Amino acid sequence: MEKHYADSQTKGVSTGTTILAVTFDGGVIIGSDSRASIGGEYVSSKTINKLIQLHDQIFCCIAGSLADAQAITKAAKFHLSFHSVQMENPPLVMAAASVLKELCYKNKEELQAGFITAGWDRKKGPQVYVVSLGGMLISQPFTIAGSGSTFIYGYTDAKYKPNMTREECQQFAINALTLAMGRDNVSGGVVHLVVITEKGVEHVVVPGDKLPKFHDE
Amino acid sequence: NMLEESGPEWLSEEVKTGTTIIAIEYNGGVVLGSDSRVSAGASVVNRVMNKLSPLHDKIYCALSGSAADAQTIAEIVNYQLDVHSAEIGEDPQVRSAATLVKNISYKYKEELSAHLIVAGWDRREGGQVFATLNGLLTRQPFAVGGSGSSYVYGFVDAEYRKGMTKEECQKFVVNTLTLAMSRDGSSGGVAYIVSIDEHSTEEKVILGNKLPTFYDQ
Repeated sequence: MEKHYADSQTKGVSTGTTILAVTFDGGVIIGSDSRASIGGEYVSSKTINKLIQLHDQIFCCIAGSLADAQAITKAAKFHLSFHSVQMENPPLVMAAASVLKELCYKNKEELQAGFITAGWDRKKGPQVYVVSLGGMLISQPFTIAGSGSTFIYGYTDAKYKPNMTREECQQFAINALTLAMGRDNVSGGVVHLVVITEKGVEHVVVPGDKLPKFHDE
Repeated sequence: NMLEESGPEWLSEEVKTGTTIIAIEYNGGVVLGSDSRVSAGASVVNRVMNKLSPLHDKIYCALSGSAADAQTIAEIVNYQLDVHSAEIGEDPQVRSAATLVKNISYKYKEELSAHLIVAGWDRREGGQVFATLNGLLTRQPFAVGGSGSSYVYGFVDAEYRKGMTKEECQKFVVNTLTLAMSRDGSSGGVAYIVSIDEHSTEEKVILGNKLPTFYDQ
């Protein structure tokens, strides 16, 4: 889902990144690091927010070319707000994911961006959807993406449990992002989390000095 | 046209031990582990290869990268260590074995593409693990290598603790190998474990259906 560009001329600013979304009992947490880099050599932003709000209780996070991702999410936000006016109801998380998927699939030749969509709706509760680079859409209980995600496949496979409590899930997400940021040089900065439940949305920011420390630190 | 007939792909692809290898030291010895898959392109040409190769009675190395390069280095160092230990009249140090591997890896770094992790026990320093990637020589509490290692960096960073017992180390090695084998297409098969301490060198095989299972299995 991610493409990390070593040549900054061809693709400009890209979010070499680590993003994830995890469902828990009663909600979903979506999280990311905060680094944007040019060519993997220069950190162009230390505190970028990669968690985009598509609707009241639906967020997505972006991986790949920042420009493409911003253009797509702008179009998706418009589609979704129009859709929810027509339906007279908040949109389903699946609807948001489908909008992103349509844009990615129809324009797959020009675009280089992938998304994780997470949110809560009345029909199915907390959900996580992945839209990959070519426009595939699937639903998963949790998912990781971005260049830093390769390093935490083992960790998340081992540690994920279905129906965690909110606190367990938050710690799982923070640990996973911290471990990825520790090994991937184009992920870093602070940890941004958004916790979405039936009641609403809460932002949690964990600055670098409050991240958990592992054995070699 | 005879010139165009190339035969099955695995006859012309380079044979690699795209792999997962790990070695960890504990107070009194070391544990080494590896998967057993050897691939040539997309074909698995050997599904039961033991990538833990003895360099001496209490010193083993774990092979990764090009199968031919790795095996040749191990054979040469095995010979050199025999000569060396005859010259000094006692068992060689682990550091000596690692240095011999490093010397070959560094001198021929342009021609070779193999990474060997050297681990063993000697009277002077007890259990030791050395990494020799790209021709460096560094002693570490544990080391992972091969294509599958990327996926488990997060897991080993999170789970490693100082002062583990031999049994905890063996469990750690088996869990790490299992997680990597399930995510890396170039790792798989069975798990080979070697435990070396003052009293014995023990080789073990764990078959695929006896490996631990995690959430999605």
